[in-house]
Amino acid sequence: MSTKILMPAMSPSMKTGSLTKWLVKVGDTVNSGDIIAEIETDKAGMEVESMYDGVLSQILVSEGTEDVEIKTPIAIIELDSETVSEPIAVLDTEELKGKLFTNKVKPVKKVAANKKVIKKSLPDDNQFSVREALRDAMAEEMRLDKDVFVIGEEVAEYQGAYKVTQGLLDEFGKDRVIDTPITENGFAGISIGASFAGLKPIVEFMTFNFALQAMDHIINSAAKTLYMGGGQINSQIVFRGPNGAAARVGAQHSQDFSAWFSHIPGLIVIAPYTANDSKGLLKAAIRNPNPVIFLENEILYNDKGVVDITDQDIIEIGKANIVKTGDDITIISFSICMKLAIEASEILSNEGIDVEIIDLRTLKPLDKDTIINSVKKTNKCIVVEQGWSQSGVASEISAILMEEAFDYLDGPVCRVSGKDVPMPYAENLEKLALPTVEDILNAVKKII
Amino acid sequence: MLNSKKKSKKINKIHLTNSDEVSAYTEMLKIRRFEEKAGQLYGMGKIGGFCHLYIGQEAVVVGLQMSIEKGDQLITTYRDHGHMIACGMDPKGVMAELFGKSDGYSKGKGGSMHMFSKEMNFYGGHGIVGASVPLGTGLAFANKYRKNDRVALTYFGDGAANQGQVYESFNMAKLWNLPCIYIIENNRYAMGTSIQRSSAQSDLSQRGISFGIEGEQVDGMDISAVVEAGKRIVDRTRNGGGPYILEMLTYRYRGHSMSDPAQYRTRDEVNEVRDHSDPIESVKNRILKKKILSEVALKDIDSVIKKQILDAAVFAENSPLPEEVELWNDVYVK
Ligand SMILES: Cc1ncc(C[n+]2csc(CCOP(=O)(O)OP(=O)(O)O)c2C)c(N)n1
Ligand SMILES: [Mg+2]
Repeated sequence: MSTKILMPAMSPSMKTGSLTKWLVKVGDTVNSGDIIAEIETDKAGMEVESMYDGVLSQILVSEGTEDVEIKTPIAIIELDSETVSEPIAVLDTEELKGKLFTNKVKPVKKVAANKKVIKKSLPDDNQFSVREALRDAMAEEMRLDKDVFVIGEEVAEYQGAYKVTQGLLDEFGKDRVIDTPITENGFAGISIGASFAGLKPIVEFMTFNFALQAMDHIINSAAKTLYMGGGQINSQIVFRGPNGAAARVGAQHSQDFSAWFSHIPGLIVIAPYTANDSKGLLKAAIRNPNPVIFLENEILYNDKGVVDITDQDIIEIGKANIVKTGDDITIISFSICMKLAIEASEILSNEGIDVEIIDLRTLKPLDKDTIINSVKKTNKCIVVEQGWSQSGVASEISAILMEEAFDYLDGPVCRVSGKDVPMPYAENLEKLALPTVEDILNAVKKII
Repeated sequence: MLNSKKKSKKINKIHLTNSDEVSAYTEMLKIRRFEEKAGQLYGMGKIGGFCHLYIGQEAVVVGLQMSIEKGDQLITTYRDHGHMIACGMDPKGVMAELFGKSDGYSKGKGGSMHMFSKEMNFYGGHGIVGASVPLGTGLAFANKYRKNDRVALTYFGDGAANQGQVYESFNMAKLWNLPCIYIIENNRYAMGTSIQRSSAQSDLSQRGISFGIEGEQVDGMDISAVVEAGKRIVDRTRNGGGPYILEMLTYRYRGHSMSDPAQYRTRDEVNEVRDHSDPIESVKNRILKKKILSEVALKDIDSVIKKQILDAAVFAENSPLPEEVELWNDVYVK
């Protein structure tokens, strides 16, 4: 039996190549693995190895031929004995039928579906800080599920660099509240590995500035493994910590990564404003079978609010909240910039402008319906965020409105964003770098 | 002994039983035939993108699979076909994935570098150099958390050994006494960079010293040496001994990936290894010398394997492309 040797494709981009040299001649015995020819590809000179054992019986393309298309027969080998010839023989495939390989994908165990907030009437003084709400969310979920654990720098004995994990070590012990060395990429990777094996880590970044160290694992390992494995291995993990500008800490410790993470398919991104949302959404994040980026804000940690989320309650991920209804203009924001939106709306209301305020709460997936429906009513929209404007959250919303609500718009969608500079240290400059109520009022004046 | 003038610390080679010799031969040959076929099919344009062959390194993964128990996990890099076959994944599913077909282990969405099998405790298939190290350490972390006495085998290359995250992992693995065995497959090159040109300390088994992690170099071309070290260290780690480094001295015969012309080394260097330390040839010779099987019987094994691999190729060829709706599936667990 004989077989043809074809001009091989040696790289993803190769279409043709030159046959520069034959290293064997007709009549030579060749073994699988022997170098038989040299070719020149689009990239480099390469050696062609024989895949067969046999005797070279014919050379079809002579030395020095250029532009030989891949898959062109270049030689013929008379095969040893009974060895199977064709790479994919036109062999009896009938016998294969019926015993098709089954890719046993174990269905991922689904957690209790997101439940809606159950509004309970609690006394008005049932006030909690955002910090306490976050801690309570973790504690409640850790009580419910022993696979949930907290890991990060200073989360245990020190009680959290911002005291968000206060008390957790006492209740759950050091096996479940784990202090790490300063080693973000390492502990992010280890936690993701643990999540592949079914654990549900809550990874605290002291601040999200340091998550840059771990960006590779967050994106390449956590966000993509489910897809790359065709659904076999998921990563149920929460990365949480303060994000956004702090006060007077300079450019490396003061920045908003909302848009960065929102860019990545496979990640869920949450950025709550109120204490109640912080608790309900963090609980939902911990139960969600996907990787969740949970962006807190240091300056909001002490803000108090009524919290009526308890034990089994969670707030549905992916749903924005209409904080105030209004007819004249929609102001969309999230996290700490909600403060600015609310303040601006109060000023505008004195001027007779009725603002509808939307708190996004979840940045990925975005609640398009709520955004579009509001703009269909008010016909005008301003989006406020602390991050930089280019390719930002506001830019995305602006594009969505252009594409899906163009006919309802009475003016351009305006972005109020952080200025396009690294955060300066000086008090006056820092103020200038951040979006302000003034910026919002100016934007409103432009379109009303 | 390859790569190093230093001798492995322990050379108490064990002798494999007759049936172990035969299964070692069979498993290694299966990987080799699979890889040869993959190379061939790549040349035919059936397989695209990056394709990193394991030819030459077969004794490492086969020997270690012979040393572990069911339930122990493994995780590796993009050079993963051998690991998948050795851990019992079906060559058909692996080949179909190389073809980007719907019956592939990742439904055609992962390709050569990204396959997984929870059933076989194989956790991939990772394309970022160094990334398998913390991920594997995390598998070990989960074992300790669950107190289930499983061991995680974390594979990476000599080039990967220079990544910072490796040392972040070593530190935590030792700090927390995790049941993790680090297997450095030192095949002497990271793409075109030889170990001599990349490593200040080229005895990679000693790279854990500053964390108190012991290690040793093992002749990764000799399966009995791999099994000896593997059994001893798996046992040690399973019994609370903590992390350990096994530096497997090995060699890849082919280029880094299919498109690597491998001009950074001489053909003589490759031939020297192939002719004198080929892991499959040495087992074969032992089998013949000990008269465990005849030459004819060995040829029969080869034919059966060749047929099995051919079936895998036919299966892959006949498997349909993924349906278009697959584009949108598996981004999130719904
Ligand atoms: C972080 C990162 N940098 C670079 C690459 C490109 N790259 C892929 S494999 C490789 C060489 C790795 O060599 P080694 O760790 O020795 O493994 P081997 O390929 O020899 O198995 C490089 C540089 C990559 N995939 N990831
Ligand atoms: Mg290498």
